[in-house]
Amino acid sequence: MFGYYLELALRSLRRSRGLTALMVLTIGFGVAASMTTYSVFRAVSGDPMPWKSSKLFVPQIDMWGPSGRGSDGEPPNAMDYTDAMKLMRDHRAKLQSAMYEISPSIVPADAGKHPIHVAGHAVYGEFFPMLDVPFKYGSSWNADDDAQRAAVTVISGKLSEKLFGSANSVGRTVNIEGRDYRVVGVLGDWNPQPRFYDVVNNGSGFATDTEDVFVPFLTAVQASIRNDGNTDCNVSQTESGFVGLQHSSCTWIAFMAELDDAATVTTYRQYLDGYAHDQQQAGRFGWAPNNRLRNLPEWLDYLHVVPSDTKVALLVAIGLLVACLVNTAGLLLAKFLRRSGEIGVRRALGAPRLAIYAQFLTEAGIVGLAGGVLGLLLTGMGVASVSWVLPRDIAALARVDLSLLVLTLLVAVMATTLAGLYPTYRAACVQPAWQLKSN
Amino acid sequence: MTMHPILAALRKHKAGVVLIALQIALTLAIVCNAIFIIQKRVDMVHRPTGINEDNLFLVTQQWVGAPDGDDPAGLEKLDSMQQTDLATLRGLPDVASVSPIRSLPLLRSGSVGGIGVKPLQQKSTVDANFFFGDEHMLSTLGLKLVAGRDFTVADVQHRGFRDESNPVLTIITKPIADKLFPHGDAIGKVIYFDSGSSPTTIVGVVERLQSPVDAGDSGLAWNSVMFPIRQDANFARYVLRAKPGRLTDAMKAVTPALYAANPMRVLDDHSVRSFAEIRARAYRADVGMAILMSVICLILLAVTAAGIVGLTSFWVGQRRRQIGVRRALGARKVDILHYFQLENLLIAGIGAVIGILLAVALNLWLITRFEMDRMPVIYVVIGVLAVLALGQAAVFVPARRASNVPPLAATRAV
Repeated sequence: MFGYYLELALRSLRRSRGLTALMVLTIGFGVAASMTTYSVFRAVSGDPMPWKSSKLFVPQIDMWGPSGRGSDGEPPNAMDYTDAMKLMRDHRAKLQSAMYEISPSIVPADAGKHPIHVAGHAVYGEFFPMLDVPFKYGSSWNADDDAQRAAVTVISGKLSEKLFGSANSVGRTVNIEGRDYRVVGVLGDWNPQPRFYDVVNNGSGFATDTEDVFVPFLTAVQASIRNDGNTDCNVSQTESGFVGLQHSSCTWIAFMAELDDAATVTTYRQYLDGYAHDQQQAGRFGWAPNNRLRNLPEWLDYLHVVPSDTKVALLVAIGLLVACLVNTAGLLLAKFLRRSGEIGVRRALGAPRLAIYAQFLTEAGIVGLAGGVLGLLLTGMGVASVSWVLPRDIAALARVDLSLLVLTLLVAVMATTLAGLYPTYRAACVQPAWQLKSN
Repeated sequence: MTMHPILAALRKHKAGVVLIALQIALTLAIVCNAIFIIQKRVDMVHRPTGINEDNLFLVTQQWVGAPDGDDPAGLEKLDSMQQTDLATLRGLPDVASVSPIRSLPLLRSGSVGGIGVKPLQQKSTVDANFFFGDEHMLSTLGLKLVAGRDFTVADVQHRGFRDESNPVLTIITKPIADKLFPHGDAIGKVIYFDSGSSPTTIVGVVERLQSPVDAGDSGLAWNSVMFPIRQDANFARYVLRAKPGRLTDAMKAVTPALYAANPMRVLDDHSVRSFAEIRARAYRADVGMAILMSVICLILLAVTAAGIVGLTSFWVGQRRRQIGVRRALGARKVDILHYFQLENLLIAGIGAVIGILLAVALNLWLITRFEMDRMPVIYVVIGVLAVLALGQAAVFVPARRASNVPPLAATRAV
């Protein structure tokens, strides 16, 4: 029977080409606009580590007190050196790392080449297993390297390729800021967006370039590799220079800890409050503990990593889709009711209402499918052209993949069938006797 | 013509009427909110920065193996390296003027601090963006001095990048002067930076200088202060003004000249950027959003127009006989045309009324959810006029086809 409905539908659609084209175009454009904006939205709101993000926590310590809090009473988003070092020494979480952004220059061994500029982070060895960072060669450095301030480094596959070609570069040395570091690991393909481990230092949380070099935190501090990220001060530094920064209450260090279950989270929270309380007792903090411990999704939400612009755009696009559906419903209604005579004949010959439903919903579905195919093409074009209008860091994330393709088709067919429900209902209500008589 | 026959006919097509009206309402609600958002973006992008942006470009570079500047000897070494660079850049034939600079408006990287009117004031009176440069800073940027004087060679000091001690002299922007000294007597007054205890004397006031950071429309966007200080660090930024029409040549000449002066430095593709590039990058998201919204609005309007054409065409086809009867009874072509136009106006009017309510509701919801501003009435008025005009334009083709139905159609069966 379905084959017959299909044939009927195609014949009917062919009969009024203009109206059919109008419907297909409407659905196509509506679906494409909403899918294009959805692809951008999906790209920026995606969970960077869905399998682990709820176990990763960002502690915030209120080391500035009431004078440094915003109107919302929130403590600073980053840590000062004193507190970050204390948290690392106490080592209360399963895995944890203090980190700061660096942007050192690298001098190629080949004397003819100009120095290059790279971005990266000074981190602890636990950073890599905590974030499940994939290694192509070698591995991260260990706790001893951290403690002994070893001159070791983990570099990106891209940098390794640039400096040493395609060979395994573990064991080679890289000159970072005038000092030799031994490569212990080369990263696989890893460029998480948003740059979730250090959102504060990445503006909107999205970074254009990749991270090419990681060095041990204490090694970097000792070698005076400056932080390249934000430095926020509530009170001016009293001593100058990098050492002065370490002695100040200025915040420039990001921190992340892995806490596997609710009990450890509670324990860690108590530990933080206990620490702040001790500092209050010692006279360093003149206020009651005001700490926060947010997991990664909460943290990204708190820092508004998903630009509200994208949400508004998505809303407007969904509005467009709804308007397109209302439009299609109107056109289908016109089209179906024009065939009241035909319906009357079918009903008079014994077709039940259900058969009318099946016939007309098939027709709506075909329009939807055609609109969906057109929508696919337009979505492809749309996604390709967002890189032209949106900032590169966000646009680069939007891409067409299988799930988007399937979703586009599904939305088109489902939506059109939905829009066809009322017109079909009206068609099924046609009274056979009245139609036959009036003809 | 009376409304009665139109209303009677519409009653027979309730569903179609409701659908068109609903679509017009949705279109109106979305389009006027979108246009409001677009207009806000456009306004924001067109705010002048206060600097003369033509022929201006920025050089950012980093030295390799430079001293860290934490000790006096290192500081002097860094400063002499910077002085060498400045001399090199000033010697370029296509360059009109050069100043070291910490940041530029729209660069999205800069430093912000607080200003107090008393020493050691805990809560600052006003926050401001800090600009550091030498005696050529104002002239290179093309800032407009409205009171006091420019910095002179004798004013310029140099110090470490992280040296946060209070500067001796400053030039402030007019919004700060107006806020701190409402009587217009800011020149010669002292202020205190970052809760410090040593005073800084105001020597000049410039009209306008936009923030390097994205401060939206907050006060910080226009609160800027300048210091006659060359900052020494292992990196340096220079702002250059090319001679008129020589921007490209001047920009091309920079990298080789700096490498020739000292090869131990990092200069890459992003090191030399024109201000136009910095501006485009800063506002890319806003411009992109405006374009995206405009495209969606255009599609929406086109879809709505197409819907009206489609449904009205269907109605015309359905009523051929009735039109023929009216024509046979003496109605002129123009009467038929007017009938359909009036019918559309009626439906669009109903849609517009619902649309106004929807538009206001959507705006209120956006305000609570996305901190958007209240939409002025003018946008709704323009929106209503636009959808009514759109309806009339869309209905014209099928209505004219209807008016061309011959009276003979009355005698034919459908």
